[in-house]
Amino acid sequence: MSEIMDRSKDIGEFIPRPDDDVIICRCEEITRGEIRKAVHMGLWTMTEVKRYLRCGMGLCQGQTCSKTVKVIIASELGIKPQELEECTARPPVRPIELGIFGNEVEKL
Amino acid sequence: MSSIKADVIVIGSGIVGSSAAYNLAKEGRKVIVLEKDMIGNGGSCRNGGGVRISGRDPREIQLCAYAAKNIWPQLSDELGIDVEYKKSGYLFMGYEPAHKKMMQERVEVCSKYNIKMKIIEGDDIYKRFPYVSKHVTVAGWTQDDGVANPLKATLGYYIAARRLGVRYITGEEAVKIIKIKDDARQVLCASGNIYEGDAIIAAPGYFGKDLLKTVGIDVPMQKKLNEIIVTERAPKMFDHMIGGASGHYGQQTENGSFVFGSGSGRELFLFDKNEKTSTEQSPSFICNTLGIDIPFIKELKVVRTWSGWLDRCIDLVPVIGKIEEVPGLYVSIGSSGHGFGPGPAVGRVLSELACGRQSPVDISKLHYDRFDYVYKQDRYKEATVGGSFG
Repeated sequence: MSEIMDRSKDIGEFIPRPDDDVIICRCEEITRGEIRKAVHMGLWTMTEVKRYLRCGMGLCQGQTCSKTVKVIIASELGIKPQELEECTARPPVRPIELGIFGNEVEKL
Repeated sequence: MSSIKADVIVIGSGIVGSSAAYNLAKEGRKVIVLEKDMIGNGGSCRNGGGVRISGRDPREIQLCAYAAKNIWPQLSDELGIDVEYKKSGYLFMGYEPAHKKMMQERVEVCSKYNIKMKIIEGDDIYKRFPYVSKHVTVAGWTQDDGVANPLKATLGYYIAARRLGVRYITGEEAVKIIKIKDDARQVLCASGNIYEGDAIIAAPGYFGKDLLKTVGIDVPMQKKLNEIIVTERAPKMFDHMIGGASGHYGQQTENGSFVFGSGSGRELFLFDKNEKTSTEQSPSFICNTLGIDIPFIKELKVVRTWSGWLDRCIDLVPVIGKIEEVPGLYVSIGSSGHGFGPGPAVGRVLSELACGRQSPVDISKLHYDRFDYVYKQDRYKEATVGGSFG
């Protein structure tokens, strides 16, 4: 991330919307309103919102909701979604049993 | 170019930088925080969340105890954000007589500071902690230790400080500290912007090493990659911190997933990367050692692994405090992998010092001037080893 952002910049007040209770991250049950509020608390990157709310940290690791989360954050900040950097993709690609993962030690 | 002014310039938006900024803002000081990346993207958001007093180096134990007793218990109320702190204890597991000896030494250090750590052996371990494997023969239990959520605590400090009017500028990389008449007063950024304050607090993480060199301060440290695995959610099994003599450490978080980290001991030799990245070594090593100590975890699925830099100081404790050689500069660097628990206290200490007051806790052993002594000791050790080869 290299773009300079003054986090004191005024992005306007949080204005409640009728669809604020729609669940966006199904794994962690995070709503649109919670994501919008987080942006108004100063969390302006996808990673910060994820870390604070846990959206994208559940079983699917954001594979379902991350695009929607991105659009919501961008809209709140008044920028284009493509201006936001994605969260880092983390291995493993699919969940793997801890016991099986641990057996890999023998192959090292 | 004219400079952008505040009372205090803070470099780094991790838990230390933000705690310092928060404490200063509470007193009405005007603060600017410069962050080269995004908020708290270093060690503050990349750790196991332990708030530990036991198993500490005697030089930093008072700082850790101060944080655990005077800051963490009230932090959620203070920030208005649930940081998920619990004084739930710390279980340290060992497997052989050498580990018992290590624990006895820890008990001794703790007792000097009125922290009760006790050693449990054999069946007493399995009775009290039924999920622990018989492989574990000795364990240390410290009730005064606990856990918190690193993400909530780090971002919570940021949110609260910003609410108090602290100006955060992200993507703004500090590259040079500039002195005016011998005092550190200005910070030059890669963008060309210059920030000026009556004091500068630097809590920059490993890569701040080069920044401090611009005023002749050279902290002997190296970076080491540490990794963490996160499992799917599971019913609550325990709420205390866990560590093992095999190197793993972590907790079952409030939401039910197990978050455990470790190095594999090989990372310094297997690759030479400047990017934080997950390797194939450490996560499988963590899973293996954790599965041996807490067998039921083997059935859970790992959903995520991640890594972070451990800023390892030559003598494994950080440099914290006023830098005598550069008046106006206050530093915290080189936490060596255990800086989250004391983080809020370090921020408070630096804010007090920057206001010209005394530190509320003894940090004299963490002073920058200790390295002359460390170097001499090291040279002596090296000479002895060299001699035995010859």
